[in-house]
Amino acid sequence: MSNKISDTLTFECETGNYHTFCPISCVAWLYQKIEDSFFLVVGTKTCGYFLQNALGVMIFAEPRYAMAELEEGDISAQLNDYEELKRLCLQIKKDRNPSVIIWIGTCTTEIIKMDLEGMAPKLETEIGIPIVVARANGLDYAFTQGEDTVLAAMAHRCPNRNLLIEKKELFIKDSTIQDLFSFLPLKKKEENIRLKKMEKHSPLVLFGSLPSTVASQLSLELKRQSIQVSGWLPAQRYSDLPSLGCEVYVCGVNPFLSRTATTLMRRRKCKLIGAPFPIGPDGTRAWIEKICSVFGVETQGLKEREQEIWENLKDYLNLVRGKSVFFMGDNLLEISLARFLIRCGMIIYEIGIPYLDKRYQAAELLLLKNTCKDMSISMPRIVEKPDNYNQIQRMRELQPDLAITGMAHANPLEARGINTKWSVEFTFAQIHGFTNARDILELVTRPLRRNDNLEILGWNNLIKKEII
Amino acid sequence: MKLAYWMYAGPAHIGTLRVASSFKNVHAIMHAPLGDDYFNVMRSMLERERDFTPVTASIVDRHVLARGSQEKVVDNIVRKDKEECPNLIVLTPTCTSSILQEDLQNFVNRASLISNSDVILADVNHYRVNELQAADRTLEQVVRYYLEKAHKERTLDQSITKEPSANIIGIFTLGFHNQHDCRELKRLLQDLNIKINQVIPEGGSVQDLQNLPKAWFNLVPYREVGLMTAIYLEKNFGMPYISTTPMGIVDIADCIRQIQKHVNNLALNKTFHYESYIDQQTRFISQAAWFSRSIDCQNLTGKKAVVFGDATHAASITRILAREMGIRVSCTGTYCKHDGEWFKEQVKGFCDEILITDNHTEVGDMIARIEPSAIFGTQMERHIGKRLDIPCGVISSPVHIQNFPLGYRPFLGYEGTNQIADLIYNSFTLGMEDHLLEIFGGHDTKEVITKSLSTDTDLTWNYESQLELNKIPGFVRGKIKRNTEKFARQNNITNITVEIMYAAKEALSA
Repeated sequence: MSNKISDTLTFECETGNYHTFCPISCVAWLYQKIEDSFFLVVGTKTCGYFLQNALGVMIFAEPRYAMAELEEGDISAQLNDYEELKRLCLQIKKDRNPSVIIWIGTCTTEIIKMDLEGMAPKLETEIGIPIVVARANGLDYAFTQGEDTVLAAMAHRCPNRNLLIEKKELFIKDSTIQDLFSFLPLKKKEENIRLKKMEKHSPLVLFGSLPSTVASQLSLELKRQSIQVSGWLPAQRYSDLPSLGCEVYVCGVNPFLSRTATTLMRRRKCKLIGAPFPIGPDGTRAWIEKICSVFGVETQGLKEREQEIWENLKDYLNLVRGKSVFFMGDNLLEISLARFLIRCGMIIYEIGIPYLDKRYQAAELLLLKNTCKDMSISMPRIVEKPDNYNQIQRMRELQPDLAITGMAHANPLEARGINTKWSVEFTFAQIHGFTNARDILELVTRPLRRNDNLEILGWNNLIKKEII
Repeated sequence: MKLAYWMYAGPAHIGTLRVASSFKNVHAIMHAPLGDDYFNVMRSMLERERDFTPVTASIVDRHVLARGSQEKVVDNIVRKDKEECPNLIVLTPTCTSSILQEDLQNFVNRASLISNSDVILADVNHYRVNELQAADRTLEQVVRYYLEKAHKERTLDQSITKEPSANIIGIFTLGFHNQHDCRELKRLLQDLNIKINQVIPEGGSVQDLQNLPKAWFNLVPYREVGLMTAIYLEKNFGMPYISTTPMGIVDIADCIRQIQKHVNNLALNKTFHYESYIDQQTRFISQAAWFSRSIDCQNLTGKKAVVFGDATHAASITRILAREMGIRVSCTGTYCKHDGEWFKEQVKGFCDEILITDNHTEVGDMIARIEPSAIFGTQMERHIGKRLDIPCGVISSPVHIQNFPLGYRPFLGYEGTNQIADLIYNSFTLGMEDHLLEIFGGHDTKEVITKSLSTDTDLTWNYESQLELNKIPGFVRGKIKRNTEKFARQNNITNITVEIMYAAKEALSA
């Protein structure tokens, strides 16, 4: 195990013995995002126990999700899957009347080969509620990839964008405007120019689940560059899913959505804009610039805007400059966050990541590389499918100023004098766009600020035996 | 299939892991898919554990699904053996892996040939037992393994200690107030001049297990975990055990009298008398008996309460409420369905009705129907209570982080009686205060303190920005509104749009 820091991006792959959340945890944020949905996790007690503990207080708030808990009879096929699921879905329909039921397949349904995809269309016509199937299981995926599987499944349900109809509508709209403003030719012209400006580019659909405030912030940033976002996947309601088709451009806002991107390209024939992700002011600017360049729009005031945000971060930047970070890796946001932190002047020893799609993240990786060059900092090593045990050994040698890690390791590392930040918070906090750059640094600096306050007490090592 | 939102007891492997990680220098390897190592998070967060939880996963992924684990499990066991040098490695199947029906025992046999550690396979059926039953079973399995091993190696010494001594069985990690209870039990036994032979599994070493039979008797404080081990030790080594939970003054006395009986049976030329100790503690050291007698407690007479929890705690608290404090228990219940008969017998005559279920909606409906003045239950009942505006004291798992207090809060022993009395009394008075406040119109008049800092005359919020404002969580909305308006005034803006809101956030958060 070498701890040398190289000057090219190195990719490694370890054993995959790492701690992360089960991908079914995506129901936690998705049920809140899609207001008229109901998530049914088809799995065992283990899945239920995880959700109940991971979601904490949310579970007491009558959430729109439930377990279809498999019992011995289901496993040994003494009970009929279809009849059982029908019974539960009818009950859900009666109690909650959702616009869509999303079945989350788990490890168990994979192993017993329960044909969820086959049963869903049949049951859908029988009970009259759309049923979307997503296989978000721990055999194949990690944590945030759960959202990816759900969105990929939803991409199939987006309505088809029919060019002809749309054009006709536009024509009608245009002529009514003409009628209305015929007595005021000047205004009409203005209106037409405005309309033209808005419709100058092909439709753009963004994918990735974000809190609605963050989504509207990003839409607004693009609007400033006169780019209209015609829809989001997912939308606030299932019935508002955006229409897709071959002339639609799509762009991801999160680094873990590679399946969704693939589905949008291959199955819905959309054109993917490969951009860095709008995390941090640098990422946001690069993201907007890339979108603008695809639509041939000259960006305006973007550089100044980024500068202004950096200006606002000054107090935090003073805290982080020159400090080192170690990402253990569990949520796939790592590359983007590391890139932002390097731009902030931090040193990254290692970027652990569960899975790296080099094509989907290509632009982000390039930006990372360029950022390292700009900051004249050596390139971090990227470790796919990390091994937590080995990582802890490496950390013992490197003694980073901050470890970004899961909750299983946070307290033991703190007890050994290593500052930690729980990685899960980055998935729940608002970190996208210019406006929220400060929130990322708020999270990153919190352990540093707290421990600066305690430093003077000299109680950094709180275990009896020095193990790390 | 069952529609489920919440469960009282976790899946079987959690029980096994709790036992394994309670022992010193025992490592558990889960045969599980990615993400099933959630136990580590619970232990690290709830118990605020300083050390890495000795649990790793041998990951079941697509490859394993296609070709079987092959060398993977054995390699992982051998690797852990080298890295951590544990005394024992427990291979733990999960519900997912148990459907795969791989011959895990075979892996264990192979691994134990190569590794220095002992290796066993946790023997639990994931579809038939829950967390508590599995923990009970695993503890017995580990104890049996080491006693049989010692027997085979002829290192088993069956002579008992010179002075009376006891094993405490069933204290373990993530148990409800277990650490505090353990300290209190040790103190109790010390007061009775009884030495502690061993406490298992928490902090125990598997290599010392062969000395278990040296104790004069076993004390099993909790019904759920430890009973199987005690029965095994009784059957094979003739060790008597006491399974009366020393919770509440009457039961503590009962427990001590049983100890007296067993000790005197074995003592050769000495008799032990504990009655005066019981009397002294009951009337003067513990405050609970006096408290029940004091006029404060009079107000609680006949108040209605509901109890729900694991079998041990629910039964004991029911009896304390009814027998020691004169409170009317309208309904008591447990989620330990497997122990229902025992529970019914224990609470007979102390309550109006009994509910045995693991469905939280049934419990909720029961509470709504009875409308008690206070609830004593788990975190779930606490939330039911919040919804119905009924105070709740938490007396049993499942619990949250606030139920792992740093201060000394035993439920067992004489100090435990004080703690319980406080808990009960505080729950009821809070309820009464609330009630009185409602009658007399609340703490103060709200008009005075909610004077708004902004006037609505010079600034207008357009429709979108109002919508946006309403999306912001209530507790910060006021602050955001004020900040935005401050920003707008500074910049001579009168019409607040969504853009202005974000601009304000960027400008003011600096």
